Amino acid sequence: MSNNTNDIDNAVTVSNVYKNYGDVEALRDLSLDFPRGQLTSLLGPSGCGKTTLLKIIAGLLPADSGEITVNSQPVTGPGPDRAFVFQDFALLPWATVMRNVAFGLELRGVNQSEREAIAEKYIGDVGLKGFENSYPHELSGGMRQRVGLARALSVDAQVLLMDEPFSAVDEQTRRKFQEDLLNLVKNENKTFIFVTHSIEEAVYVSDQVAILLPRPSRVSEIIRPEGFRHKDATSIRRDSEYLDIVDRIWASLRTYVE
Amino acid sequence: MKIFGYQLPAMSSLILWGILWELVGQFELTFFLPPLSAIFSTLMEIGTTKVFLKALAETGYAFFVGTFFAIVIGIPVGILMGKSRLIDELLLPWVNMFLSAPLTALVPVLMVLFGFGMKSIIITTALFAIWIIVLNSRAGVMQINRSLIEMANSFGASPKDAFFKIYFWAALPEILGGVRIGFIRAVKGVIIGQLLISIVGFGALFELYSANFLMKHFWAVLIVLFSISFTIAEFLAHLERKVAYYAARR
Amino acid sequence: MIRYRSYLLTFLSAFIVLGSWEIAGRIPVSYSFPTFVETITAFWVLLLDGTMFVAYGETLKPLVVGVLISAFLGIGIGLTIGLSKKFDWLLSPVFVVMQTAPLAALIPLLVMIYGIGLTSKVFVVCIMAMPVIVLNTSGAVRNTPASIIEMGQAFLGTKRDIILKIILPAASPIIFAGLRLGVSAGFIGAILAELKITPTGVGDIISYSRSIADYPSMYAAIMSIILLAVIFLNVLERIENFLFKGTRQGYASE
Ligand SMILES: Nc1ncnc2c1ncn2[C@@H]1O[C@H](COP(=O)(O)OP(=O)(O)OP(=O)(O)O)[C@@H](O)[C@H]1O
Ligand SMILES: [Mg+2]
Repeated sequence: MSNNTNDIDNAVTVSNVYKNYGDVEALRDLSLDFPRGQLTSLLGPSGCGKTTLLKIIAGLLPADSGEITVNSQPVTGPGPDRAFVFQDFALLPWATVMRNVAFGLELRGVNQSEREAIAEKYIGDVGLKGFENSYPHELSGGMRQRVGLARALSVDAQVLLMDEPFSAVDEQTRRKFQEDLLNLVKNENKTFIFVTHSIEEAVYVSDQVAILLPRPSRVSEIIRPEGFRHKDATSIRRDSEYLDIVDRIWASLRTYVE
Repeated sequence: MKIFGYQLPAMSSLILWGILWELVGQFELTFFLPPLSAIFSTLMEIGTTKVFLKALAETGYAFFVGTFFAIVIGIPVGILMGKSRLIDELLLPWVNMFLSAPLTALVPVLMVLFGFGMKSIIITTALFAIWIIVLNSRAGVMQINRSLIEMANSFGASPKDAFFKIYFWAALPEILGGVRIGFIRAVKGVIIGQLLISIVGFGALFELYSANFLMKHFWAVLIVLFSISFTIAEFLAHLERKVAYYAARR
Repeated sequence: MIRYRSYLLTFLSAFIVLGSWEIAGRIPVSYSFPTFVETITAFWVLLLDGTMFVAYGETLKPLVVGVLISAFLGIGIGLTIGLSKKFDWLLSPVFVVMQTAPLAALIPLLVMIYGIGLTSKVFVVCIMAMPVIVLNTSGAVRNTPASIIEMGQAFLGTKRDIILKIILPAASPIIFAGLRLGVSAGFIGAILAELKITPTGVGDIISYSRSIADYPSMYAAIMSIILLAVIFLNVLERIENFLFKGTRQGYASE
């Protein structure tokens, strides 16, 4: 465990952010740093403001006050350095899987053959090969979610904002994706901000887990599961530190449930 | 829209348009748009005259009798269609056809069959309103939860009871939606009927005013008609929202 | 058997209705109520001697011009209203009032301003067809799911991209449905114009045959215009279903 984030290079910083929706206070004085090349999970009760925070970082929503920087530049709007995986997938119902996945590149003005080649690769990576010409309404919920995932991966942004990206996929795929995600974190110097409701998932994939309080949201605790990172996938899930951290997080979260 | 952080009411831009109209009228830019204020004072004058009141009464009579028949025929027919597949398949093509047909074309037939008078106007009004009422009542019945019907059957409800106590109430939100659109169509129907059979109600007044170029009178009548039809539509939309709460909980 | 049931019933239903028409015409219920067979015969006569074609050439002119104008203007205005809060505030109420008000009452005024020619008739078609097109378009644009617009912003779509690649395709099923309702209202307007302003085209056949008490021809003309409208709207609906199948978002209009 270490909390000395000062000497770490942060890809994203969030400091003293407030956000209200009318009378609803979503975020109150929230501060959190996201170290470069690492994966940070946001864990917190439903409705506590995780999506809100992600959208503020993405530049889709303005914060009422406070400062957000990405690569030391203050955020004023969406940028090419960030890609978003939406909680509700946000697919275009009239476009095929191919066009949906390539849509981020299309908006960036990449020409058709180039963007389809890139999209093709990520469609394969998320396991949708053969569905390039299907429409979203012909896919299952989990498959749609993977389309959204592939779209975000294909724009090759440095910061990936993932809002419950595995919530609708089945358990086997989910485990595979978790491992893919770990590889991605290891091999590419990208920064991941990852929202999940699963404590196990958060502990398994994260370099740092931020536990958020119920609305108005602040960070209550930051946990850095580090000891078992070098182990292989199956033994991690039986590792005692892993299980301890899961228990500890559950203990602190259950106070909100009761 | 907001001005200085203050939310402007929904229909408030109509006031702006009213002012614009008044200005156009005051500067006499066109003969066809007298100032709004002059129209209102004309309205005050003619509003109490016998001719106007008679036209209003005749139009109201045709409208209410027409919609009355549309409702008392349309709702049961719609419910029957929703209940019975045979009746549905026999009637649905015709209902759909008349729903989208240009019913104006039928007015001459009504004129030769039922004469140049009130009767034809009432039938025109009913024809404009009835089809959407039938279709919505049918849709309302078709979405009724099967278990509700089985519940009624299991308690031995008579067909009459089932009809009035289950089908009608369970389909009420859709039925009301149909009645609202039916009323709006009926307003159009009653005016179109009067325009073509121009010896009754406002139809006759329109002839009179336009033949004598009485623009203020013409607009006064139009404004009365527009505000009445708008009020009816808004009132019914309000009613519909009131039942909508229970539609969501069925 | 089951497969043919629906055709069979449609046929049966047509047979019952047309049969009752025939019987009612033979009794006769009224001297001005021709039988179905007489009406169909009159229809063939009108069709074969070319009267019908000439008449429709005349009738369709204001209809087509009016519907085209309404479609272009209506969609344009609807987009503006849907995209801009200011224009929404300014223009929406006008079209809401137009939609509920019996605009047909404006016809005598239009005749005073534009005379009894084509212009007036085009105007009648426009005032009938435009409100529903505008309101459907603006409503559809406003109802574009916020999440896909946000997606477009997150992936750096320009305002133009977002309108052309997200909002317009998302709104197009409802816009198209609005066009269909507009065409339907346009038919009402076109016939109203011919019956009320000056008898031309099909309106002329109706008025003329009524004046010489040639009721079969009158009924045939009326039947033909109703059939034309119904068939045309049906075709539009099929095109709509074909174009937007599966991608409909399903909110009702009217
Ligand atoms: N557009 C909005 N308007 C008003 N209130 C909103 C809006 N979006 C979110 N909220 C409120 O802000 C709070 C935080 O919402 P948010 O979507 O960020 O929660 P979340 O943590 O992502 O929840 P979940 O885990 O269920 O996705 C919620 O209580 C919600 O009611
Ligand atoms: Mg969320």
